[in-house]
Amino acid sequence: MNAIPAAKHDPVAPLRREWTRLTAAQRISRWLVWLVIVAAVAWAVRSIDIIPEFLEDAPEQMADLLVRMWPPDIAHYYPAVHDALIETLHIATLGTVFCFTLAVPLALMAARNICPIRPLNTLAQLGLVASRSVNSLVWALLFVAIFGPGAAAGVFAIAFRSVGFVGKLLSEALEETDHGPREALRAAGASWGGEMLKGVWPQVQPAFWGIALFRWDINVRESAVLGLVGAGGIGLVLDDAINFFQWERVATVLLAILAVVLLAEVIVTRIRARLL
Amino acid sequence: MSASMTASAPAAGLASALEIRGLVKEYVAGKPVLRGVDLAVPAEGITAIIGPSGTGKSTLIRCINRLVEPTRGSIKLHGEELTGLSGRGLRLARRRIGMVFQEYNLVERLSVMENVLSGRLGYVPLWRAWLRKYPAADIERAFMLLDAVGLPEHATRRADALSGGQRQRVGIARALMQRPDILLADEPTSSLDPRTAVEVLELLTRLTAAEGVPVIINIHNVDLAKRYARRIVGMSGGSVIFDGPPEQLETHHLRAIYGGEDWM
Repeated sequence: MNAIPAAKHDPVAPLRREWTRLTAAQRISRWLVWLVIVAAVAWAVRSIDIIPEFLEDAPEQMADLLVRMWPPDIAHYYPAVHDALIETLHIATLGTVFCFTLAVPLALMAARNICPIRPLNTLAQLGLVASRSVNSLVWALLFVAIFGPGAAAGVFAIAFRSVGFVGKLLSEALEETDHGPREALRAAGASWGGEMLKGVWPQVQPAFWGIALFRWDINVRESAVLGLVGAGGIGLVLDDAINFFQWERVATVLLAILAVVLLAEVIVTRIRARLL
Repeated sequence: MSASMTASAPAAGLASALEIRGLVKEYVAGKPVLRGVDLAVPAEGITAIIGPSGTGKSTLIRCINRLVEPTRGSIKLHGEELTGLSGRGLRLARRRIGMVFQEYNLVERLSVMENVLSGRLGYVPLWRAWLRKYPAADIERAFMLLDAVGLPEHATRRADALSGGQRQRVGIARALMQRPDILLADEPTSSLDPRTAVEVLELLTRLTAAEGVPVIINIHNVDLAKRYARRIVGMSGGSVIFDGPPEQLETHHLRAIYGGEDWM
């Protein structure tokens, strides 16, 4: 068990093969990545201009706000908050349903194994990215300009923001399908529609419902803020309460949103667990 | 190899169901996988194609139902040329050609019954398949075939709940559901254990004989090929180098087909 004296000549040393996980170049590039991350953080912190006085009394301000919010104005819940909450759920649901009319064709076009025409794949992917790159609040601003303020603008904002998300996940699910069953149906003389219906759809079905529920869950949360830009829903009530410094009402609205989001999450998780 | 080897083949007197002439397939231009295959498949019995991996057996079978597009040559099913077909014509031809796959290729999340019925997709309008309103005669036949392959009590189970052997039985039932003029089997037993492989081949032989459907089967196991086939086609390097009854397949043929002899 003694260590071999270092000075002693080792005749097999030239035959020993050395092993290191990374080559020198890989090691250097890893260090460079870390360096870039640190530099980026340092740069970001310097550029956001934190005012130390504001940072210092932030806990105090927070405590003050919480005190003003307590107790929540429960009497305000019905009917004002309640109706707005229901409208929010309607916006989320209609927006999700509507988004699928656009997302399904785009997903089929974007999936390389379904649509063999490369330029169409790229075009569809471009459409999906465009939808995702615009925040739902921005979509809402656009649709408020078109439809005027109200829930209709909210529904369209939710739908157009969801298309990119749903379409991308759906096209990925389509691309992951096994080619074998489709080939078997083709060999039996099935048409393209038959292949899709009996070969592809059964394979993507769980993903499809999973994505739909997941997106609905997200949309419930997203549609809660759309009112801030006038696109209907509970955000409108929240905005009013904040503008008039009615912090007890703000608390009621926030609690109502929290309750609905929690409920949506529980329901969606339950259903998704049963899907597979 | 020599012309005399292949000349012994054409089963005397029997009209052939399938005639292949000068079939060439090049996936990459100038590098043919099939180098002018000529083959006449008799109207009944099993024709086994043997040969080393990568010699084009699978390509040959897939050229017949055009899952692979042949580069040159002619393929005639009961006199009808298949190579020029497209669109609806191709679909109508495909539904007369059944196929059984090595990996079964069932739709895992559908029931056994629906998998068998999907063999009718070439015949049944799409709305019927969608609403699962298959004609009563089809359902009757599907039950009959499930009885025949020995899975009558599994009709409502999901395909992914079955074992490999059971899945291949469903695959055979699905292919026969087409009432095909010919059945292609691409390594149907390669994913099965030896005993199940024999059972599946036994079943395939019995059912296709009962329905009068000729079978072309790609198979790695030479002993099984000799046991079940009426005729053996040996391929090597993209060409047919042996074509004759199993009794005539001798050691020197196998040496020519597979190369070397250490494995024998």
